[in-house]
Amino acid sequence: MPPILDRLRKVALRLLQAVPTVFGILVVCFLLTRALPGDPAAYFAGDMADAESIEQLRQEMGLDQPLPVQFLSYLKDLAQGDLGMAVSTGQPVMSELANRLPASLELTLGALLLSFLIAVPLGVLAATRPNTWVDHLCRFLVTAGVSLPTFFTGLALMYVFYYLLSWAPAPMGRLDFMYLPPDPVTGFLTIDAIIAGDWEVLGAALAQLALPLITLALFTLAPIARMTRAAMLQTLSSDFVRTARAAGLSNRRVLITYAFRNALLPVVTTLGMVFSFVLGANVLVEKVFAWPGIGSFAVEALVVSDYAAVQGFVLSMALLFVALNLLIDVIYTLIDPRVGEEA
Amino acid sequence: MTSPATSAMPAGPARTSYWQHLRHVASENPVTGLAFALFALFIGMALFGPYLVPFDPLATDVGPALQAPGAAHWFGTDQLGRDVFSRVVVATRLDLLISVSAVAISFVLGSVMGCFAGYFGGWTDRITGRVVDTIMAFPLFVLAMGIVAAAGNTVENIVYATAIINLPFYARMARAEVSIRRNAGFVQAARLSGNSELRVLFGHIFPNTLPPMMVQISLNMGWAILNAAGLSFIGLGVQPPAPEWGIMVAEGANFIISGEWWLVIFPGMALMLAVFTFNLIGDGLRDLVDPQRRT
Repeated sequence: MPPILDRLRKVALRLLQAVPTVFGILVVCFLLTRALPGDPAAYFAGDMADAESIEQLRQEMGLDQPLPVQFLSYLKDLAQGDLGMAVSTGQPVMSELANRLPASLELTLGALLLSFLIAVPLGVLAATRPNTWVDHLCRFLVTAGVSLPTFFTGLALMYVFYYLLSWAPAPMGRLDFMYLPPDPVTGFLTIDAIIAGDWEVLGAALAQLALPLITLALFTLAPIARMTRAAMLQTLSSDFVRTARAAGLSNRRVLITYAFRNALLPVVTTLGMVFSFVLGANVLVEKVFAWPGIGSFAVEALVVSDYAAVQGFVLSMALLFVALNLLIDVIYTLIDPRVGEEA
Repeated sequence: MTSPATSAMPAGPARTSYWQHLRHVASENPVTGLAFALFALFIGMALFGPYLVPFDPLATDVGPALQAPGAAHWFGTDQLGRDVFSRVVVATRLDLLISVSAVAISFVLGSVMGCFAGYFGGWTDRITGRVVDTIMAFPLFVLAMGIVAAAGNTVENIVYATAIINLPFYARMARAEVSIRRNAGFVQAARLSGNSELRVLFGHIFPNTLPPMMVQISLNMGWAILNAAGLSFIGLGVQPPAPEWGIMVAEGANFIISGEWWLVIFPGMALMLAVFTFNLIGDGLRDLVDPQRRT
């Protein structure tokens, strides 16, 4: 089989594997909606309702049906994009989430990119100089990084850079109200500002983004640096690197072409855990910086016990997580030099 | 990694070389000693904190409100004039209690699930694997939020939610450790001498999985503390005025932009130090148990 077909077949297989995962997510989300404390019908009917109107509501909501039937109607609602109404804002949950998703994505993806740019070189440096100060520094940063509660780092950064130094703007959302947001194209303010060619707004958006981005990146930096270091150490002690060195290749070439490219693969596969962390930490960072993403929407909904909103949030975060993992796996299949070679 | 001392007496009893190994690992990484000292400090604070603190953590107006740290109030006072130092120390017990119970529940349930899956294989393995995969399909903190929101906003539910999201780590590890020993020589010997399957599993195989599981527990504790504090930071579980690090940071967050830093920094530092301690102990234990996996 030609390598390209082999790769495509592997990608298709990986996509198929996501089907049971998504099904599991749907089942859990459905069970969460039905596990409301007490009787959901009594809850939605309110305190003033009598037994008769509760019973009527129960029938309207389909709660008198057996669970599998309820599950099917839950799926039907989902297929139509119906996640219920958010009590706190009076809008459909779906449109609320869709409006706020770009803000969360901009923050999360930006933080992932930033931590990758710092953590990978750090891990490589630590692995090439074991038991030196770089290695110890890396170890310290890695342990400290996973020990830092994101909400605490965020507040500490805010104190230093906003209150003490006044470098950062007031932590009030994505853009200072002095500026008009650019025309929404991607929903990412920074990219939209570049498209519109509005450099002043770009600067303002970046200024607002800086602190939450650094907070989140500090947290995700640790696992990536740790994995890079471990993977580099392993490849550096492997036979092919020894052979490459013995053949007299330059140090640079051995490190980058031979060791680094092979070390990157295990790093990429363990990114799933990092995504899980970053999506969770994202909620906390959004709350700290009043970032108008889906995380702060969920926190506000939690406070007023707006269950439909919280469940919509859990479902969309889980689907986002699956999508990110799928994307990484597909990329992995496409770049893995070993695929198709043994065939 | 063999030190000259160990190779000089190869016939010595295993325990001696074990202690030498311990000393060797400890001298390579002196931070582990520090971690154990901090650990003792936190345990002390959790056990005796409420009897030692200078002020009642719930009493308001023990000093002027929002006073900066000073001689009378080491960590300052909050907006209701409560003593921050007393609150930070007393909070240790609740924070540790939540995470210890959560980790204990997930350790017990996860090991049992993983042991059965690894030992019997087949359907047990497939069902356990499916359950674990489904939990792992969620961003874990988000799943915990969803569980607490659905099951009710109480401290017990924080414990259960934290236990559920930690379950996969124990189940996977127990499964892996059990399945590599399933047909080991000592297991076959135990089986041949007439032990029942359950007895072989829990009497002979499971104790051998404990060293790596202990490392996992220690690393997991820090994470469980972070999760529980994160949940109470967003207003779930612990309710004010109870002293708890996450909720204290959340209450102090409103004052950080006006410069009252001590309300956030001290509980935050306590939280960070606790997580740091458990992570360092975990790393130290791992070096001891499995030098190959040092990262």
